[in-house]
Amino acid sequence: MGSVPLSPRPTPDRRGTVCNAVADDVVDILGNLTLFADLSRPELEGVAHTLDEESFTEGQRILRQGLRGSNFYLILEGEAAVRVDGQDLNTLGRGDFFGEVSVLLGEPPTADVVALRPMRCLVLGGDEVEEFLTSYPKVLFRMLQAEARRLRQTIEWRS
Amino acid sequence: MAKLKEERARRSPSARPFPPGDYPVVVLGSGPGGLQFAYSLGRLGIKHAALSADGEPAGMFRRFPFFQRLISWTKPYAPHERGSRQYEWFDWNSLSGDVPEHRATVPPFMDGTSYFPSRAEMQRGMEAFAERAGVEFRYGCRWESTSRDGERFVVVTSDGEYRCDVLVVAVGMTEPWKPDNIPGLEDVPHYVETDEPEAYADRRVFIIGKRNSGFELADGLLPWARQIVLASPRPARISVLTHSVAAARARYMQPYEDHVLAGGTLVLDASIERVDQTAHGYRVTCKGTTVPGEVVFDVDRVIAATGFGTPLRDLPDLGLTTFSQGRLPGQTAYWESASIPGIFFAGSITQGSIGLKKYGRPSGSAAVHGARYNARVLAEHLATTRFGVKVERPSLEADDVVPYLLQEMSHAPELWNQQAYLSRVVTFDGGRGIVDEGIVPLAHFVDSGGPDAVAATVETSEHGEIRPAVYIRRDGSVDEQIMEGTLLHAFDTKEHHRHLSALLKPLLG
Repeated sequence: MGSVPLSPRPTPDRRGTVCNAVADDVVDILGNLTLFADLSRPELEGVAHTLDEESFTEGQRILRQGLRGSNFYLILEGEAAVRVDGQDLNTLGRGDFFGEVSVLLGEPPTADVVALRPMRCLVLGGDEVEEFLTSYPKVLFRMLQAEARRLRQTIEWRS
Repeated sequence: MAKLKEERARRSPSARPFPPGDYPVVVLGSGPGGLQFAYSLGRLGIKHAALSADGEPAGMFRRFPFFQRLISWTKPYAPHERGSRQYEWFDWNSLSGDVPEHRATVPPFMDGTSYFPSRAEMQRGMEAFAERAGVEFRYGCRWESTSRDGERFVVVTSDGEYRCDVLVVAVGMTEPWKPDNIPGLEDVPHYVETDEPEAYADRRVFIIGKRNSGFELADGLLPWARQIVLASPRPARISVLTHSVAAARARYMQPYEDHVLAGGTLVLDASIERVDQTAHGYRVTCKGTTVPGEVVFDVDRVIAATGFGTPLRDLPDLGLTTFSQGRLPGQTAYWESASIPGIFFAGSITQGSIGLKKYGRPSGSAAVHGARYNARVLAEHLATTRFGVKVERPSLEADDVVPYLLQEMSHAPELWNQQAYLSRVVTFDGGRGIVDEGIVPLAHFVDSGGPDAVAATVETSEHGEIRPAVYIRRDGSVDEQIMEGTLLHAFDTKEHHRHLSALLKPLLG
């Protein structure tokens, strides 16, 4: 957080409290992702504190095909398969996001997303996505660009 | 209570229970999570050693919240009789007993001035539970280190060495935590180091953090401080708006009203850039996150209400994976470590087993009213899967299934207090007939496969409406069905009966 060096350093703990010695500070990770490339450091701080961090074990379903109330996810670590009716269609990795389509349309996901190895993700509750995107219009624009690329890829793949 | 304390004092050290040695299960921690788990495991006849560094039960409630009263309610008078299973829905602090005399142990100690028990009332309620149910702990026994011996675990304590097949860690999220990347924050007192309120009289106080602990301090210091500033990067999440117990609770909202009505308190969305000590106190430099701009505060006192982590000791060195900046262990749906089979968790640590988190709402596992059911379910899971205990599963007649599930969805405290996280499962297996499988984590049900079955739960929709929901598994595929909510939260109406009967027709025949 704040105006810290990009390479975190251990801080002496003078009061017996646990300090975060995690090497990959979430704000730094976000700052290096295209989706958040236009945000200032304080805005990245706000994003990092708005999204919750979750952990998934290998084989665990993160998004469940056909079940409502799903959320928006951003991969910090690990890999996941996009699986429809048991068939793997795509692989997602660090920096990829998923779940936005079902959240935006208010419909259940049309695919499972399954952790291929242990994963760490940032998650935003489905009902918070609209407020989040309208609060950060530059993120909304970057997401729109990503969706446009996905659409173009799909069209190219079909033609 | 006095009797219990006298009894403990009378015993010589050699008469303390659970001496070092070999046990199938070792339980660490005597807060509500450890107490509930040890109780439930004992009721199932599983031999175990229950160890605690504390001198008496109740865990962190012996010290926190700082301003005395708990954040979760217990209603001494409720729509269901005190001591019944259904009453637990309204009593968020007592542990969950198998029989009436083990239930509702907190309300008899409440003095009627609030439906939020004081710390002392909570502690007495926990002690009463341990005494009435005969839950024993080896108190004053500190967990020091852990190692592996093949598939088993070696737990070294201040009293000696314990070996076990299953290690259950219930030490709570009790370790003060601060981020390490705010220059100067290391010299700022944490929430746990808050002084008596008088020390803040006529002082300017800056509180870092806008979750419950931050708002709790601000609320308690309103009659004392000259000015209070609360700041953190994210806008405050408030329970009555988010329909979530994980957000800042209404009972601490007075500082927020003070801010909104321009009473002098400030609640800011800002990143803390640095904290510098000055001749008279501190200088806090902030940058707005929702409204851009730098703001500098010269204040007398700063408190870091930045939360807590789990005191996992050397478990990460054994390969235990964590997340949320090392504060929580990654877990399966049955609260087993994601990376070390055989290590399980009980109590508030179980919030690390996320569940379905529908519409972004976390489980109630961070609080007693949710974690107590996780511990019961875990004890039964371990007893049946690890130690060969046969738990009697009641059979149901086909005509009874729909009324039974509707009754559960209307009144079961497990389903109301752990919405969309725990479920009542009934299986339809040709060989065994229709069987009530008890309370099961919903994530396990929808992800694990198995015979044709239905899982019933209660959910809150994206619009805040509470509704009954069933997950129907047929031929390995799970179908989600959300039913209508009602104004009075009664789901055993004729319409619900008709709807659920139609949904379950393929299973009931």
